[in-house]
Amino acid sequence: MKRFTSLLLAIDQTTSTSTKTELIAQYLQEESLEKNKLWTIALFTGKKPQRTVNTTLLRKWCAAEANIPLWLFEHTYHIIGDLAETISLILPEYNITSTSKSMSEWIEEMMALKNADEEEKQIFIINAWKSMDRPSIWVFNKLVTGGFRVGVAKNILIKALSMFTGQDPTKIAYHLTGNWTPLKTTWSELFNFQDITSDHSKPFPFYLAHALPNENIPDIDPQIWVAEWKWDGIRGQLIKRKGEVYLWSRGEELITDKFPEFQRLTSMHDDFVLDGEIVAWKMEKPMDFQKLQTRIGRKNPGKKIMSDIPVKFIAYDLLEVNGVDIRLKSFEERRLLLEKIYESCIGEVLKLSPLIHFESIETLKEVRNESKNYQAEGLMLKRKTGIYHSGRKTGDMWKWKVDPFTIDAVLIYAQRGHGRRANLFSDFTFALWDGDRLLPFAKAYSGLSDNEMKEITTFVRNNTIETFGPVSSVNPKLVFELAFEGISNSTRHKSGIAVRFPRISRWRKDKNPEDADTLKHIKELLSDSE
Amino acid sequence: MPLLEFSEKGIYCSQADCFIDPWRPVKKALITHAHSDHARSGHTQYIATKDSVPVLKHRLGSFINILGLNYGEKILINGVSVSFHPAGHIIGSAQIRLEYKGEIWVVSGDYKLEHDGISIPFETVKCHTFITESTFGLPSFRWQQQKTVFDEINNWWNKNKEEGKVSIIAAYSLGKAQRIIQNIDPSIGNIYTHGAIENTHEVLRRQGYNIKQGLKVENHTKQDDFQGSMILAPPSAIGSAWTKKFGQYEEAIVSGWMAVRGIRRRRNTERGFVLSDHADWDGLNMAIKNTGAEKVYVTHGYSEIFARWLTEQGYDAGVVKTEFTGDEETDLQQENQVPV
Repeated sequence: MKRFTSLLLAIDQTTSTSTKTELIAQYLQEESLEKNKLWTIALFTGKKPQRTVNTTLLRKWCAAEANIPLWLFEHTYHIIGDLAETISLILPEYNITSTSKSMSEWIEEMMALKNADEEEKQIFIINAWKSMDRPSIWVFNKLVTGGFRVGVAKNILIKALSMFTGQDPTKIAYHLTGNWTPLKTTWSELFNFQDITSDHSKPFPFYLAHALPNENIPDIDPQIWVAEWKWDGIRGQLIKRKGEVYLWSRGEELITDKFPEFQRLTSMHDDFVLDGEIVAWKMEKPMDFQKLQTRIGRKNPGKKIMSDIPVKFIAYDLLEVNGVDIRLKSFEERRLLLEKIYESCIGEVLKLSPLIHFESIETLKEVRNESKNYQAEGLMLKRKTGIYHSGRKTGDMWKWKVDPFTIDAVLIYAQRGHGRRANLFSDFTFALWDGDRLLPFAKAYSGLSDNEMKEITTFVRNNTIETFGPVSSVNPKLVFELAFEGISNSTRHKSGIAVRFPRISRWRKDKNPEDADTLKHIKELLSDSE
Repeated sequence: MPLLEFSEKGIYCSQADCFIDPWRPVKKALITHAHSDHARSGHTQYIATKDSVPVLKHRLGSFINILGLNYGEKILINGVSVSFHPAGHIIGSAQIRLEYKGEIWVVSGDYKLEHDGISIPFETVKCHTFITESTFGLPSFRWQQQKTVFDEINNWWNKNKEEGKVSIIAAYSLGKAQRIIQNIDPSIGNIYTHGAIENTHEVLRRQGYNIKQGLKVENHTKQDDFQGSMILAPPSAIGSAWTKKFGQYEEAIVSGWMAVRGIRRRRNTERGFVLSDHADWDGLNMAIKNTGAEKVYVTHGYSEIFARWLTEQGYDAGVVKTEFTGDEETDLQQENQVPV
């Protein structure tokens, strides 16, 4: 555990990505236990161990150990902004006697507690706390709570693994995908560079686009580029190999069972790997994203929901055909092969994302304005000669979203944030006018600079009306412009509407609360968008 | 009428007609210590410890009307006996004791219990009512002994030196800078101090404090000369053009707030050492207990939370609202003045 903790502390103490890469490579070199290495990779790529002890219990036990009331623990937690860290800071000084286990041992013993009773769990957790120093307790708690986020982007890990194994980063990225787990997969299985076909379910790393930085990019020449709608669903990779169909989400979660529709494709003659969008689709057009969300929530959907909210896979790229990886072919070539696959497709669960040809960026801009009629978020631009890259790369693909809706709203509740926003008020609830009262309609967390958050933190301290646990209601004085992607009716919200992906676009210091928008106004936007 | 009241200008004693650390100009101000959120300009008369007079004059102007008292020396102001007692926060810092007709109040100012090797250590003053700071009044804040922290700092400095880098520590010129220069290991390398720090140190030396001399960063000093050395600079100088002349360097912040990972990350600083001139959770609780006070007012920090905790411990505890809220941001600015 010590070695892994030291690695995390060292990573924490640098902001340089090359130093982080070297630290991880060095750790892989020095760590002798294969299991520890595998868990490190798993954790850094977002594979969390299953949670077996809930946080309510952890809070209770920590407060009892420290001999403080639970309310004091909770208040402290809201200021420190991280549960694992709060516990590690609050626990009393123990005389560390027993020798600590390795990181993988702790994880696997913790996972084995799945069906244990509360007392057994308590003994395990408190013994663990008593056998570690504070930094290790912090790491251990992170493993238990599953909130494992360190400043290591996937690219850094891939680079480090490439340094360690001497293999090409793209290859590494591919081997890291899919459904492996340190519980079953060995190092040589994971990095079996000879036989990559051993696991039929294995997805390719997704190619992700940056937002088009500037509309006047002269490079967007219709000779060189094509456009497609940016579909508003969930990105997926649909794999059909050896009579089996697998569906992966962009987060590399296997979601095959959630969408049984696609099992029809098993009888197709060709094998293939498609990149595309899972979209709720009815009456020859896409449904609202919110409908799809109810499907995502169900593990095994019943007949009713499947007929109420049918889904389609809108294919826009082909990565592999009959066992041949074609990612290095040009988009144009891949597209032709994709169209062939599409023609032979059975059962109408596949759609082909139409190409949008255009004369100039100006005409394309007009097309983009039509996005909402297609339930699209905007356009994707693809270079005809571009290959299918791994991860987020600049150059061969851009996303070009439509401008979001904006509205001016009043800040009415504030809560302290987490992580690097610890002890700063950063989570806000905003309201709109409904007659002469302010009705909350959206929460937003992002969009402000640290300095603005500091300023608001001071404002909240001086303008708190009442506190409800961690939430402070404040004098309605500050106005912010909020941006969001969509509006829909909602029975769950007091305001009767729900907005999608709300964020703060700017602080309207020039506006008074009276100048904020009304609920009526936002409902007009709603009818416009329908 | 209670001996002390809480007014818009600060803590007020009507019997003696004087304020303690007021934040608006008043006639008579008793000053616990020379940090700018406690010692503001514009008062007609200042009363402070003799040890803080030179720094107060250095900061507020030599023309201020100021009376300096020895620690423990009593003066009578309209029947109120007033005395200053060591608070261990910085050089010259004091708790202020007021006694009238047998009733004793103590205003803590900022304090810490650990002896830092420079300022006169905190002294328990028995009282009926204690007004305490609570900057770190949460159970998550518990300090290690300063020796442990200085070992960490020395190790960091050594490591940077081996890598051919300069070490820069952001240190507030009054308090942290002295504590650091007196306690780090000078055998590791040269120690340079920024002019703003050296000026304060010169003031302290003239009044008899043996503060170690730092080398001056001159315009003509070459980059190579800095290699492996330690630079102490006020936080405002960090990240400015001034640091360019040192070549490759690592920087660190030294503050109690560095105990919180989120704050460390937000500062975007590579190293944070947890060392504070304020009492930690255990220190606050112990100091309060030792005063024997039944009534405790909490100010300057997580006041509501700490007062609720004290109430549950059997004290008659309340909150004093102040303009110096002692929150992390202003305090970090105050102690370390780190630009965000």
